[in-house]
Amino acid sequence: MPDGSVQVQRPEFVAETQSKLFGVVEKPLTAWERIFGKSAVRKSALLLVLAAAWEIYARKVDNALVFPTFTATVQAFFSAITSGVIPQRTWASIRVLLQGYCVGLVLAALLTALATASRVGTDLLETLTAMFNPLPSIALLPLAVLWFGLGNGSLIFVLIHAVLWSVALNTHAGFRSVSQTLRMVGRNYGLSGPRYVTQILIPAAFPNILTGLKIGWAFAWRTLIAAELVFGVSQGSGGLGWYVFENKNLLEIANVFAGLFTVILIGLVVENLIFRTIEQRTIRRWGMQH
Amino acid sequence: MAEPLLDVRGVTLQYKTKDHLVTATYRVGFQVFRSDRYVILGPSGCGKSTLLKAVGGYIQPVEGEMRLTGSPIRKPGPDRVMVFQEFDQLLPWKTVRENVVFALSASGRLPRREAHEKAMHYIEKVNLGKFADSYPHTLSGGMKQRVAIARGMAMEPEILLMDEPFAALDALTRRKMQDELLQLWDDTHFTVLFVTHSIPEAVLVGNRILLLSPHPGQVKAELNSKGRAEGGEGRELSQRIQRMLFAEEVEEEAAAHA
Repeated sequence: MPDGSVQVQRPEFVAETQSKLFGVVEKPLTAWERIFGKSAVRKSALLLVLAAAWEIYARKVDNALVFPTFTATVQAFFSAITSGVIPQRTWASIRVLLQGYCVGLVLAALLTALATASRVGTDLLETLTAMFNPLPSIALLPLAVLWFGLGNGSLIFVLIHAVLWSVALNTHAGFRSVSQTLRMVGRNYGLSGPRYVTQILIPAAFPNILTGLKIGWAFAWRTLIAAELVFGVSQGSGGLGWYVFENKNLLEIANVFAGLFTVILIGLVVENLIFRTIEQRTIRRWGMQH
Repeated sequence: MAEPLLDVRGVTLQYKTKDHLVTATYRVGFQVFRSDRYVILGPSGCGKSTLLKAVGGYIQPVEGEMRLTGSPIRKPGPDRVMVFQEFDQLLPWKTVRENVVFALSASGRLPRREAHEKAMHYIEKVNLGKFADSYPHTLSGGMKQRVAIARGMAMEPEILLMDEPFAALDALTRRKMQDELLQLWDDTHFTVLFVTHSIPEAVLVGNRILLLSPHPGQVKAELNSKGRAEGGEGRELSQRIQRMLFAEEVEEEAAAHA
């Protein structure tokens, strides 16, 4: 102790806590604070501002062949919906997409099963994903057309390529990151083989699997629209991408915008409605993601 | 003397790391009898957790044998339920009740309906009745360990294997959990094999303590404890154990300096 000083002696005391003295313990926020606390409200407000900016700019440009106004686009969108053109094109796109997506998932499941079961399988999966994951699916389209002709076969082929690698890679990574403790718990209760995979590995790896599904979907949707822009020429009724291309050739620019708007809308609905709902009902509820 | 429930004889355990083959225990033997609260105590590196995993059936010994009620242990099974230290031992996608039901039905112990009743019985026992439908991530560390214990006890295994189950808890909670474990034992007199590195915990929880020395684990002593009945919180026994573990360190140091 410095200077040989002694510790200061103080009396002990015991305090009574009094809650009445506090001004606020818990108080509801004002209505204004609560409304602006919701991100949906803030984002909707932003969208309104952007739409207004679009309208003002387009009116200033005043050239419907280059940049139609927001109101013209909305009109084109609704008339295309009521005439049944956009729903029909959308359905054409989504049908092909679902086919490719499902086949891609089955193949991803097989590849992951192989990788989980053996070391050679792991090496195979890792090599294949390392090779093909960086390859944009659209780059395979010329080859696909050569092999499968101008038709849905080619589209499904590139879609499978878009889905397969990201789903397989993420699922496999998810399986590998399942904690040793959880694995031991599963084996403790006598689980093995397929029951072990379905009851322990898949739910435990679900955050990763869902990420794979989301990335796979995003790749597939973008790839499909791009592929439809390239061909669809010989098809009676193409998908949304072809609708955009067709209308550009017809100089119906408002319809082009309406087509793009639909592409965005479907992307938003799947990503923010379908996947978000799955997420909230599963991994968020389980506290596996916050 | 009665037949031992668990008979471990001359067990040598080895495991491989990236660059080494490590001998975790060398010719360790001990016997656990029914209703024992048998504690394996030793410093880190004495292979006590590895030993417990071997009893669990996760590791095969390179030498010696382990028998449970007379038959050799070959693989994990629901007759030896593990309670781990880690909080992630509960399945996060199942509620408290489902976690216990899952254990009972996955192992084929009980059909689902009866499993529900039994699960609730044991969840009430660890005072978590109100939280039966909560997901594990909403529970505190101590509550999660209580669920794991309830799950283990609901299985009514021959022997409950506990691998430092309270080590990750704060000191106050740990103390409470130790008392609760002893109360549960007073109820049903289940057999438990308990691994710890804490001398006070070993003295409090165990009725018999196996002392292991480190690198590799070898049996140093086997002592009796009267648990809560030991005077002054078992200070005398604790000090005796400390001297035994400490004496070795002094010898080793002396040898190193010589």
